[in-house]
Amino acid sequence: MSIKKISKIQPENFEFTKNNFLEAEKEIKKYPQDRKSSAVLALLYLVQKQNDNWIPLVAIKYVASFLNISYMQVYEVATFYSMFNLSPVGKYFVQLCTTTPCMLRGSKAIIDICKKNISENQNELSKNKLCSWTEVECLGACVNAPVMQINQDYYEDLDKDKAEKIIQDLLEDKLPNPGSAKNRKNTAPEKGKTSLLEAKNAQ
Amino acid sequence: MLSDENRIFKNLYNDLGWNIDSALNRGDWTKTNELILKGKDWIINEIKNSELRGRGGAGFPTGLKLSFAPKTVGSRPHYLVINADESEPGTCKDRDILRFEPQKLIEGCLLASYAISAHTCYIYIRGEYFREGQRLQEAINQAYEKNFLGKNACGSGWNLDIYLHYGAGAYICGEETALLESLEGKKGQPRLKPPFPALVGLYGCPTIVNNVETIAVIPTILKRGAKWFASLGKPKNTGTKIFCISGDVNNPCNVEEEMGVSLKDLIEKHAGGVIGGWNNLQAVIPGGSSMPLLPKSVCDTITMDFDSLIKVKSGLGTAGVIVINKDQDIIKCMARIAKFYKHESCGQCTPCREGCGWMWRMLERMSNGESTYKEIDLLYDVTKQIEGHTICAFGEGASWPVQGLLRHFKKEIIKRSHDEPLIEKKSNIPYLIDQHLLEKDNA
Ligand SMILES: Cc1cc2nc3c(=O)[nH]c(=O)nc-3n(C[C@H](O)[C@H](O)[C@H](O)COP(=O)(O)O)c2cc1C
Ligand code: SF4
Ligand code: FES
Repeated sequence: MSIKKISKIQPENFEFTKNNFLEAEKEIKKYPQDRKSSAVLALLYLVQKQNDNWIPLVAIKYVASFLNISYMQVYEVATFYSMFNLSPVGKYFVQLCTTTPCMLRGSKAIIDICKKNISENQNELSKNKLCSWTEVECLGACVNAPVMQINQDYYEDLDKDKAEKIIQDLLEDKLPNPGSAKNRKNTAPEKGKTSLLEAKNAQ
Repeated sequence: MLSDENRIFKNLYNDLGWNIDSALNRGDWTKTNELILKGKDWIINEIKNSELRGRGGAGFPTGLKLSFAPKTVGSRPHYLVINADESEPGTCKDRDILRFEPQKLIEGCLLASYAISAHTCYIYIRGEYFREGQRLQEAINQAYEKNFLGKNACGSGWNLDIYLHYGAGAYICGEETALLESLEGKKGQPRLKPPFPALVGLYGCPTIVNNVETIAVIPTILKRGAKWFASLGKPKNTGTKIFCISGDVNNPCNVEEEMGVSLKDLIEKHAGGVIGGWNNLQAVIPGGSSMPLLPKSVCDTITMDFDSLIKVKSGLGTAGVIVINKDQDIIKCMARIAKFYKHESCGQCTPCREGCGWMWRMLERMSNGESTYKEIDLLYDVTKQIEGHTICAFGEGASWPVQGLLRHFKKEIIKRSHDEPLIEKKSNIPYLIDQHLLEKDNA
């Protein structure tokens, strides 16, 4: 289990923008009428999207009343799942995978890059406040290890230098292109395919 | 080696394009309504005869599982739920299906939903797969536009709606009952079984939960026939499987191969061999992090299928093959896996919640040469206290890898251990207690 830090500084109000309100209504429609609370994860995502990628306590109250469930039920969910941030993160949020397959291919060296360039500790803003980083568990892209996720995108097949270049770009407020740092085609072997050699669309 | 002609996922690397028109060219959605008109019993029987076993980790026979749904729909609707939570370290196969072969999954959802009398299908996708989810949603929209979904889906007379539901970063939500809790908008903590989801599942209704790959191979099985699928692989371990080969190999990759392929072929022919050569191989975790590792001597000859791997006290799991060579510290590798389980335990059962922390801390100590000989047996004892004493199979998934290490690499641990514990001399060892307790803010 992980421990969540709840921000000491909290805004006083929260409500959805008109667009997000409509999005929220759309999410609720995915579920049976008397099962609106199924949409709680989706609504918390909308809160994060609207609120610079973190969820303040007033928003938890707001979502609870939106779905007509108790504050504690939403709080329980917001604290259980690792992707909900309960305190501010950088505009560029670097999530570095360090589970064994990524570790085998050098993610440890990338931790040092994050420490050196972003901040000594995880979940701490960089000096210019643009970036923060954290270690995460397997991102489900292990054959492209080591991997880091920046906001919504995956950066794959990294090494120390490529990771450092990406992070320096972020610190200059530039978001580099996601995908393989080796220009490799998805999950195919880097040095040439061994299957699907004559891949053609059948007629 | 499996011939390309027998591969199901022709667009595994996205050479051909993912959108519906290229999928149609590859043969997706042909004859789908004819298959449905053959009836539920025919579909389920055909899947039974193909001997398809679930691709989510446990290898449960899929045809049998589908047949557990009540034959007639009572007062409660039936649901099909697709498990796209893919979080088992070493596994990244469903991701390729979601982003490059989405129509195979969607077509499979229609066929399976019809077979179990479900009009609603939820796809539970891990939150980190945001882009894959966007892609899948686009693919679902395209299928609706062509009337393959919705009312009278694909001209079959069956109505089906598919909805995407994002998780939010919790490995345990891959466990099917935790997944259902999460779908209901709660924290993802597994339920006690029985009752099984087939009778009491989502919202208390009959629910079948299947892995992405399991459902995505169904259309091809029904089109090419159970006999074709069963002719590949070995008896009771039939068909093809996507293997993910990661770690210390020259060319890590995903590849679809025949069940029962030899591990050595998989590593040498597809993944470019072990870094430093086959003799530099130390161990392989054959089926995602939950499966016990195999020492090189076993890797020399083992074939990759459910039953062969059970015989050597491991398992095929998700077919996430993690290769570890002799340049690595094997105890550190397993300590990191133990840390994963400590982080992901849902905390409901005391043996799991406490035991996973114990295993991690002891392995850290062992890898750093701070443990005593006595602790080796103690560690084994901890794994035994967890295994079989928990609500869900996470307990086994966490303790088996440690047992595997003790089985095959005990010598390595003994080499680093001492008579007297070093910890008595050093008070400030961070992993002795949970990290967060050291932080003043949390005190
Ligand atoms: C801790 C744990 C995690 C699991 N994670 C996944 C997962 O990420 N994806 C998956 O398909 N199955 C996962 N499973 C297996 C599911 O519980 C379930 O058996 C599977 O989805 C059934 O599908 P299948 O019959 O098609 O294999 C997990 C099981 C456990 C105990
Ligand atoms: S075994 Fe672990 S993960 Fe499973 S229910 Fe118990 S505490 Fe939760
Ligand atoms: S271990 Fe890093 S993506 Fe799987």
